[in-house]
Amino acid sequence: MFAYNRSIGERSFDWLNALLMIGLCVVTLYPFYNIVITSFNDPTDAARGGITLWPRQFSIDNYKMVFQDEGIIRAFIVTIARTVIGTATAVLFTAAFAYGVSKNELMGRKAFLLMAIFTMYFSGGIIPYYLLVAKYLHLKGSFLAYIIPNLFNVFNAIIMLTFFKGLPKEIEESAKIDGANELRIFWQLVLPVSKPVLATVALYNAVFHWNSWYDAMLFGSEKLVTLQQILMQIISSNSNVSLAASNLGLGSVTAASLKLATMVITTVPIVLTYPFVQKYFVQGVMIGSVKG
Amino acid sequence: MRSRQAAPGRSFAKRFWLQRYLMLLTLPAVAWMIVFNYIPMYGIVIAFQEYTPFQGFLHSPWIGLANFRELFNDPTFTQSLSNTFKISIAKLVFGFPAPILLALLLNELVYKRFKRIVQSLTYLPHFVSWVLVVGFMYTLLDPDTGVITRMLETLGLIGPDTMLMGDEKAFLPLVVFTEVWKNIGWNSIIYLAAIAGIDPQLYEAGVMDGANRFQRIWHITLPALKPTIVILLILSIGGLINSNFDQMYLMQNSMTQDAANVLSVYSYEMGLVLGRFSYGTAVGVFQSVVAFILMYAANYGSRKLTKESLF
Repeated sequence: MFAYNRSIGERSFDWLNALLMIGLCVVTLYPFYNIVITSFNDPTDAARGGITLWPRQFSIDNYKMVFQDEGIIRAFIVTIARTVIGTATAVLFTAAFAYGVSKNELMGRKAFLLMAIFTMYFSGGIIPYYLLVAKYLHLKGSFLAYIIPNLFNVFNAIIMLTFFKGLPKEIEESAKIDGANELRIFWQLVLPVSKPVLATVALYNAVFHWNSWYDAMLFGSEKLVTLQQILMQIISSNSNVSLAASNLGLGSVTAASLKLATMVITTVPIVLTYPFVQKYFVQGVMIGSVKG
Repeated sequence: MRSRQAAPGRSFAKRFWLQRYLMLLTLPAVAWMIVFNYIPMYGIVIAFQEYTPFQGFLHSPWIGLANFRELFNDPTFTQSLSNTFKISIAKLVFGFPAPILLALLLNELVYKRFKRIVQSLTYLPHFVSWVLVVGFMYTLLDPDTGVITRMLETLGLIGPDTMLMGDEKAFLPLVVFTEVWKNIGWNSIIYLAAIAGIDPQLYEAGVMDGANRFQRIWHITLPALKPTIVILLILSIGGLINSNFDQMYLMQNSMTQDAANVLSVYSYEMGLVLGRFSYGTAVGVFQSVVAFILMYAANYGSRKLTKESLF
């Protein structure tokens, strides 16, 4: 920046602004903090309320209970599986398309791109989509219902396309002269130098899979319950405390603490990886906005 | 270059064969789009049918606009239509300017490191699910133990044992607040990027001319943001008829149903919970048509008023 004398008015604005921003951060983070400290408090004591800044009676009973719950452990495994498999397959599938249409010589390139962009503005809506996946493709109750319908994403394809277009052509051309075909070039040359964009798109996919509950509700089965779906069931039964006991076969105190600990364990992976991956998320928005 | 010059002389099959590896990379996703995007698009024909899964969308009987006629005579539909607009307009009025304001304030921060920390922290809620956000709400707004409930009680703003999550009057403010809470930071990125692109010489000239901070924001920063604001506003207006399904579905409960019933939830409940596939699809078709009209009108208005437009 440049130097100039700040008047008293400007300086007090600076202070007020900084205070406001600190306030915003507190409002943003406090819900996370409150859940964590309450989850580490003794459940019976927590039912008295008033836990605001730190646990009153420290205890890890809530977590013991969560990790004894077979349903939650199963959901954890299902969610990790769909996040890992779903992300890996979607990144490759989308990258392959983006690489193909990044080549000007591709026949039908314009038509393929137009087809993809059209889907950003028009869709058939949820009911035809449900009928397709459940009744015609018979994916209901199958783990593949989490993977196949999410293989491709237009926004991610555009982010990747922009990146591939910016790659230097020389390396690919010399590989071609050496007799390598496009499959090998894509796999051995292009993908290794595209790590930043692959990381960005992988993160978007991973967050989507980790947070998913809606497709699990539509297409899942008892064996394929995801973490967020379990959390949703606990929360909605908790909204009616009397219902909680009957639905889960638990007392309301237990249901409430189960909820807190489950909320923490579903969120910890996101919050822990977040500081390291944040810059990749922002890169995606930047590329996307340049195009849009 | 060589291949392009030679291309017209080659047959389609030969050209295709030369690109077989590129096609192998591209065509699977094209097939995917046909199956998962274009077949469901054709599937909206069931809004004009009496669809039964047994007959499928090829053989179900056509009934014209009967589903739509029933729709407009259904008081639950009218209610969900008015709720949808009420909630969307409230979100637009409060939620649209919020990230712009945040970007302007962040840009005025003196310490750039502090600015980066605030940015990173405010992006975080964007990455957690609505399930978690609604979980936060039930916990913090619990009538007995909720921290926020107790605070509001102490301040005398609400009576004892108020269950805010079950209060129809609190529903709209809570929807707007959580929406802003979740997305204000993330949505500010695009404005911050636009601000970063402004020529610093403009500000220096502003200082020379004796413009104060507020005048510089008003005469330099905001005009530079105008194209971004207009484009995003057009998109938001097009989205007025669509509500955030995750948020609305998860926040509603038996006590707030009348305030929370919006079109996307209504369509889901009619179509997929009650199995009235055709009727639910009709709601979706209605939404798409209105969204298109709104977006077109917003674009037209903007082109006349501000010379900026999306298409």
